[in-house]
Amino acid sequence: MAVPFSYSLRNLWTRRLTTVLTASGMALVIFVFSAILMLAEGLQKTLVETGSNDNVVVIRKSSGSEVQSGVERIQAAIVEIQPEIAIGTDGQPFLAKETVVLISLPKRGTENISNVVIRGIGRSSLALRPQVILVEGHLPKPGSSEIIAGRSVAKRFEGGGMEETLRFGMRDWKVVGIFDAGNTGFSSEIWGDADQLMQAFRRPVFSSVIFKMRDPSEFDRLKQRIESDPRLTLEAKRETRYYADQSEMMAKFLRILGTSLTIIFSLGAMIGAMITMYAAVSTRTGEIGTLRAIGFQRVSILGAFLLEAELLALMGGFAGLMSASFLQLFTISTVNFQTFSELAFSFALTFDIAWRSLAFSLVMGFVGGFLPAVRASRMNIVESLRAT
Amino acid sequence: MYLLKVLFRNAFRHKLRTSLTILGMTIAILAFGMLRTMINAWYAGVEASSASRLVSRNAISMIFTLPLSYKDKIRQIDGVKQVSWANWFGGIYIDEKNFFANFAVEPKSYLELYPEFVLPPDQLTAFLRDRKAFVAGQKLAAKYHWKIGNTVILRGTIFPGNWEFVMRGIYRGRDENTDESQFFFHWDYLNETVKKMFPLRADQVGFYMIGVTRPDRAADVALAIDRTFKNSLAETLTETEKAFQLSFITMTEAILIAIQLVSFVVIIIIMAVVANTMSMTARERIGEYAIFKTLGFRGWRIAEMIFGESILITMIGCLIGIILTYPAASFFKSLLGTYFPVFNVTEETIYMDLAASFLVGLIAAIVPTWRAVSIRIADGLRRIG
Repeated sequence: MAVPFSYSLRNLWTRRLTTVLTASGMALVIFVFSAILMLAEGLQKTLVETGSNDNVVVIRKSSGSEVQSGVERIQAAIVEIQPEIAIGTDGQPFLAKETVVLISLPKRGTENISNVVIRGIGRSSLALRPQVILVEGHLPKPGSSEIIAGRSVAKRFEGGGMEETLRFGMRDWKVVGIFDAGNTGFSSEIWGDADQLMQAFRRPVFSSVIFKMRDPSEFDRLKQRIESDPRLTLEAKRETRYYADQSEMMAKFLRILGTSLTIIFSLGAMIGAMITMYAAVSTRTGEIGTLRAIGFQRVSILGAFLLEAELLALMGGFAGLMSASFLQLFTISTVNFQTFSELAFSFALTFDIAWRSLAFSLVMGFVGGFLPAVRASRMNIVESLRAT
Repeated sequence: MYLLKVLFRNAFRHKLRTSLTILGMTIAILAFGMLRTMINAWYAGVEASSASRLVSRNAISMIFTLPLSYKDKIRQIDGVKQVSWANWFGGIYIDEKNFFANFAVEPKSYLELYPEFVLPPDQLTAFLRDRKAFVAGQKLAAKYHWKIGNTVILRGTIFPGNWEFVMRGIYRGRDENTDESQFFFHWDYLNETVKKMFPLRADQVGFYMIGVTRPDRAADVALAIDRTFKNSLAETLTETEKAFQLSFITMTEAILIAIQLVSFVVIIIIMAVVANTMSMTARERIGEYAIFKTLGFRGWRIAEMIFGESILITMIGCLIGIILTYPAASFFKSLLGTYFPVFNVTEETIYMDLAASFLVGLIAAIVPTWRAVSIRIADGLRRIG
C-alpha cells in the first residue's frame, strides 16, 4: 500500500523556505536548459523556413554561401535553359539571377556596425519566395537607385527605414519599401535591382541563380547534369538544404554550449535536492518509524520520498519553463559565423522542448532524491522510533 | 583562531551535508571560471592587438577589396612606417570542421609588423625564398602533425581550386596571448594564380596592415589615409587593430551577453543551495543559539558564527574549484581549440571567483542569521523538547 500523496505534498509545504530555495535552484537550471534549446531551435527554424523545398540554389562549387560565390553571366545563361525549370505566368523561366554582397551598416542608437546582406534581385525573385510580402511602399523600379529593406533591418539599422537613404558604392540609395518575410532570414536583408547593384559594386558576376522546379522529384537528375557540365563550375542545392547548412555551425555551437552548461549546472541543483532530501529524511526519522510500525512497506517509504523529490523537481521545472517561455517575446540579432552576416531570430518554444525540459527536471529530482529515499526505506523500525 | 576552530567543528557536524555543499560550490566555481575564461578567450584577439598597427579595408564591407596600387599612396602618408597587405584566404583543410585562419600575406613586411610571431632566422629565410611556402603557428602544426617540408593542400572557398603549400616554418608566440594557430603564405602565390584564372580579380588586396611611427599618431594617420581615398571607387575605412578586432566581437555581442548572464545564473543557483544548507543548519541549532544567549553571548557573536560557517564552506569549495579550473581549462582547450585559439585562465578570473564565493557565503547566511538572532530565548529553548 502506498503512503498517501498528501503526505509528500504537505511535507513540502511545512518547510516552505527550503522547498522554495531548492526548487528555485532547479528552476534556474531548467530555465537555462530550455532557453538554449529554444535559441538553437529558433535559429534553425528561421533558416529552414527561409528555404522552400521546390526551389534550387545554384552557387559556385565549394563556396558554401552566396556571398563567397560567383556565377558568370554565361554560366547563369546555361543554367537558365535547363528543362527542369518551371515556366512562370509570363512565359519566361521561373528563375532569378541574384547578386549578394555584404555591406557594413551602423546599428541604430549605437556606434556598432554589423554586416547586412544586400541582395540584387531579378524579375521573379519576389515570386520565388511567397513568404516575402511587401508591407509598405513599392518595389524598386528596375534601373533606379531604389531599395527595399526587410523589417528587421528597417528597425535595427541606421538609414534602413522608409524614405531614408543609404550611401554605398558612390551613390545614395533610397528606401522605397519595407518587406516582411516573417520568421525567415530575408527579414535581415536589403533588396535592390541586381543590375544596378552589380554596377555600383563593380562586380560583374552574379552570386547565385535561384529557380523553381517544374517537378521537385527531378532534382537529382538536374543536380547531376549541372555539376557534371564541364562549362559550369557550379553546384546545385535544394533551397532548404542550402539554408540548413548555413545554420549548422552556429546551431551546433549553441547546442554544445547549452548541453555542457546544463549538465554542469544540473549537478549543482541535484546536490541541492540531495541536501534537502537528506535533511527531510533525518528530521523525520520518528515519522518514518511510525509509518513502518503501522504497516507501510519499505517500498512505500521509498516511493513517498522519491515522490517528494520529484514534486520538488517538477515545481522547479514548471517555474523554469514558465519563465523561459517569456523569452519568446525577445529577438536576438547576431552575426552568423558561417555567412558572416547579420541574422535576427527569436526563441522558439516547441512541444518537444517543453517535454524534454520537464523530463530533465524529473531526472534531476530522481537522482537527487534516490539516495536519501533509500536511506529512509532502510531504517530499522525500533531504532527510528526511539530517535524521536 | 579559537573562532576558526569552532567554525570548522560546526561546519563538519553534518559531514555529508557539508561535503555535498562544498562539492556544489566547487562545481559552480569551476563552471563560473570556465565561462569567464571563455569570455576572455573571445576577446583574446583584442587583447593581443597592438596600438601601433592600423588596418585599412574597403569601406563598404570586409568582402570588398582594395587595389594593390594603394600601397604606395599609403606609404607616402606622414607617420606611416611600414605597409603590408593580406587577403583572407578562407581555405579549408580536408573538411570544414578543421577551421583555422589562413591568410595570404606580403611575407617580409607582414612578419616585420608582427614581432610577436617569432620565427627562427633559418626558417624565415626559407619561407621568404619559396613562393609556395607557408608558416603556421606551433599549435596548428602540432594539431595536424605538420613537419617542415610537408606539403599541405587547402581547398579554396573564395578562390576556387586546390592550393598546394609547402611548410617552411613554425612560429611561436612571443606573448602568452599570441594566437599560435594561424596559417600564412605568400600573397604573390595567390595573386599570380588569380591573374591566370580570373584576371579581373588580380592585384586586389583584402586589407592593408599599416605600422605607424608613434602610437599616439595612429588616429591622425587613419584619418589621413581615409581622406586620401575619399570619393574613389574603393574608399577605405582605417582603424586601429584593436578597433578592427573589436568590431568582430560586437557583431556576436548577443551571444557574448548571453554567456555572461549564464555565468551569473550558476552563481545564483549555488546561492540557493548554500542558503538552503545554512537555513537547515540554523534551524537545527536554534536551541543552541538560545543557550548561547542565556549564557550572555550577544547577537553579533551568533551572527559571527553563522556567517563564518557559511563563508568557510563557500571558500573551501571555491579553493578546490580554482585548483580544478586549470586542468579543466587545458582539457577544454584541447576540445574546442578550433573555436578558441587562446584559452588562458587570467588572474582577474580568480579574483572574480573569490569575490563571488564570498558574496554567496554572505548572502546565504543573511536569513538564517536574522532568524537565529531575532528569536526569543524562551521560544528557542522550547524548540528543543
